[in-house]
Amino acid sequence: MTLAALTADATPIAGHRPWPRFVVTESAWRAASEKLAAGEVTLFGLWGDMACVHLALLDEPARDIAILSLDCADGRFPSIGASHPPAVRLERAIQDLFGFEAAGAPDPRPWLDHGRWGARAPLGRPRDDLRPSTYAFLPVEGESLHQIPVGPVHAGIIEPGHFRFTASGDTVVRLEERLGYVHKGIEGLMTGADPDRGAKLAGRTSGDSTVAYAFAFARAAEAALDIEAPPRAQMLRGLMAELERLANHFGDIGAICNDAAFVLMHAHCAVLRERVLRAADACFGHRLMRDIIIPGGVARDIDSAGAAQLREHTHDWRRRFRALVKLYDQTTSLEDRTVATGVLKPALARQFGAGGFVGRASGRAFDVRTALPYPPYDRFVPETALLQQGDVDARVRIRILEADQSLNLIEQIADNLPQGPLSTPITPRAGEGAGVVEGFRGDILIWLRLGASGAIERCHLRDPSWFQWPLLEVAIEGNIVGDFPLCNKSFNCSYSGHDL
Amino acid sequence: MWKFILPAFLLPPLTERRPAFGDRELAELSRRLDKAAHRKLGRSLSIRHVDAGSCNGCELEIHALSNAFYDLERFGLRFVASPRHADVLLVTGPVTKNMREALERTYEVMPAPKWVVAVGDCAIDGGMFGASYAVIGAVSRVVPVDLHIRGCPPRPIQLLEGLLRLLEPNAKVRSAETPG
Repeated sequence: MTLAALTADATPIAGHRPWPRFVVTESAWRAASEKLAAGEVTLFGLWGDMACVHLALLDEPARDIAILSLDCADGRFPSIGASHPPAVRLERAIQDLFGFEAAGAPDPRPWLDHGRWGARAPLGRPRDDLRPSTYAFLPVEGESLHQIPVGPVHAGIIEPGHFRFTASGDTVVRLEERLGYVHKGIEGLMTGADPDRGAKLAGRTSGDSTVAYAFAFARAAEAALDIEAPPRAQMLRGLMAELERLANHFGDIGAICNDAAFVLMHAHCAVLRERVLRAADACFGHRLMRDIIIPGGVARDIDSAGAAQLREHTHDWRRRFRALVKLYDQTTSLEDRTVATGVLKPALARQFGAGGFVGRASGRAFDVRTALPYPPYDRFVPETALLQQGDVDARVRIRILEADQSLNLIEQIADNLPQGPLSTPITPRAGEGAGVVEGFRGDILIWLRLGASGAIERCHLRDPSWFQWPLLEVAIEGNIVGDFPLCNKSFNCSYSGHDL
Repeated sequence: MWKFILPAFLLPPLTERRPAFGDRELAELSRRLDKAAHRKLGRSLSIRHVDAGSCNGCELEIHALSNAFYDLERFGLRFVASPRHADVLLVTGPVTKNMREALERTYEVMPAPKWVVAVGDCAIDGGMFGASYAVIGAVSRVVPVDLHIRGCPPRPIQLLEGLLRLLEPNAKVRSAETPG
C-alpha cells in the first residue's frame, strides 16, 4: 500500500512493464525520500536519463516495485542521499555520468569519474572542463593512527579497486573504498545497440554473473516488447542460472577458507567448481555459459543425454560437497577465524536493502526467486536460507545452504524439461521494461527503453554490489587489518558490475 | 581431515596431461623471446596479473589454472604478489582510462627481461568496449605485448598452452618447420 500512496496523484507511463513507472512532482519525490529514510520502502535503484532521474522502490511486504521519474531539466534534483545514505554513491554516479546535481547531497565528490575520460558528464551534455584526477579521502584524526593505501592493483588475481585503511596498531579504525577503475562506459555503449548486442554487453558486465545479467536483460527486453520466452527456454535459463550459482558458491566457499589459511578446503572446492564448469561446457558449449540467453529465449539447446548426465553429476557433487561441509564444521581452528569476524548488523542490511547471501546472513530474507518470482521459479521454489549472526561464518553457511538448494533445483529442472521452441521471434518496436533476477550475489535490476526502431535508447544495469560495498566498510571496523581479505572475500562484491 | 588426505595417496591424480601445442598465433612470441634471457630464466617464470578493465571472466579462468586439474606450478610457472618479483605481466580487459596509469606503473617496476601476455578478446583490441569514452582498448596501446591469448574468456587449457610457450619458445618454430 505504501507505493500506491506515493503514486496516488501520478499517472503511469503507458507500456512500461511489468511494474509501473510514474512521472512525479518534486513533492512526491521528497515524500518517497522520507519513506526511504523511515524504512517503509527499500531503495532498489536510482539512475539518470537524458532529462530526468529514475528512482526504483521496493515494497518488501507487498512484493511490489514502482519506478518514480522526476524531471531534471534544470540539471538538479533533490538528494535522496541527504536523508538515506544508501543513495549517496548512486547519486555521485549520476552526477559523474549525467552532470545532474543532487541538491543537498552530503558528499559531492566524484565517484566513477577519475578525471581521465576526456569529457565530463559523458552520458548527458558532455563538458570538457575535466575534474582533477586527485581525490580527497575523508580525514581521520586521532593519536597514533596510520594509513595503509592498497590498490588499485592488488596482490592476488582480483579486480582493481583502492582501499584506504586507517589503523590503530593492527585494528582497522576506518576503511574507505574508492572504486570506478574498471568503468567501461557500458551504459553509454548500450545506447543505440539492438537488443541482441545489448544482451552481449549485459553478459559482460560482471563475468561471474554472465548468465544472471543476460537473464535480467532478456527479461527487461521481453517486458518492453511484451513477449514471453517459450517454456523450454525458461527452464534452460533456470538451469544455467543455478549452475552459475553453484559454481560461484563452490569456488568462493573454498576461497574464503583459503583466506583463513585453510588450503585443503580451497583445493577441494576448486575441483568441485571445475567439475561444474566442465558440465556446463558439455551441456552448453561454454564454461561460463556466456551469450546463451538472448532476448526472446536461448540460443542453444541441450540434448536429453546432456540432461541425464547433469542428473548424474548432481548426485556426485552433492556427495563430495557434504563431506566438505562436514570438514568445515569440524575444523575449529577455521571457525576461530570466521565466527564473529566482519559482523554486519541486521539493521544495516535492512537499511541498505543488502541482497544475496550478505543480506540473508544478516536477517534480511529477500530473494528475488521467492519475493518476485519469475519463470522457472514460479514452479520450482527454493527455500530461503536465513541467519542473523552476520559474520563471515554466517555468509559461508548461507552459501552452503544455497548450494544445496541449487543442486535440488538443477535436478528438478533437468527432470521436467518440456519440449518445444527455444525462442520467440522479436519484432522491433518501442517500449519500456524492467527485469529483476537473483544472481549468486543478489538482486540484479536492469531497466531499458527501446525506441521505435527497436534500438536501445537508455539501459541501466544495477548490480547488487551497490548496496553491499558500503556495508563492507562498516563490517571491517574493529577487525584486524589481516582479516580484511577474509571479510572482503566473504562479501565478494563485484568491481566490474559496480563500476560499469 | 584424514578422510581427505588419505585418498589423495591412493587415488590417481586429477591433473590433466600437458597440452599439445596447437596451431595458434604464437609465432610472434618466438620472434621476441631472446634466447640468452631464456637461458638465464630457465624453466621458471614468475607471473604477475593485472586486471586493466576486465569483466572478471578472464580472472576466473586464470584462477582455474591453479586447481588440481591444470596445476600450473608443476611447470615452474607461478603467480607472485609484486610486479617487482615478476618476469611476465598477464594483462586482462580492455584498458580503461581509469586503469591506464596503474598498468603503466606496474609494467615500469618489473625488472628486465620482461614479457607481457594480453589475455582475452578485450585485451587484444578492446572487444565490445573499444568504442567507449572510458576505454583506451588494446593492451598493446599502453605497454608492448609479446603474446596474445584469445577467447572470451580463454579456456584454462588455452591459457596453459600459451604460458608454456613462454618456457619453450623454440617448440613452435620446430613444429612450424615440420612438414604436414
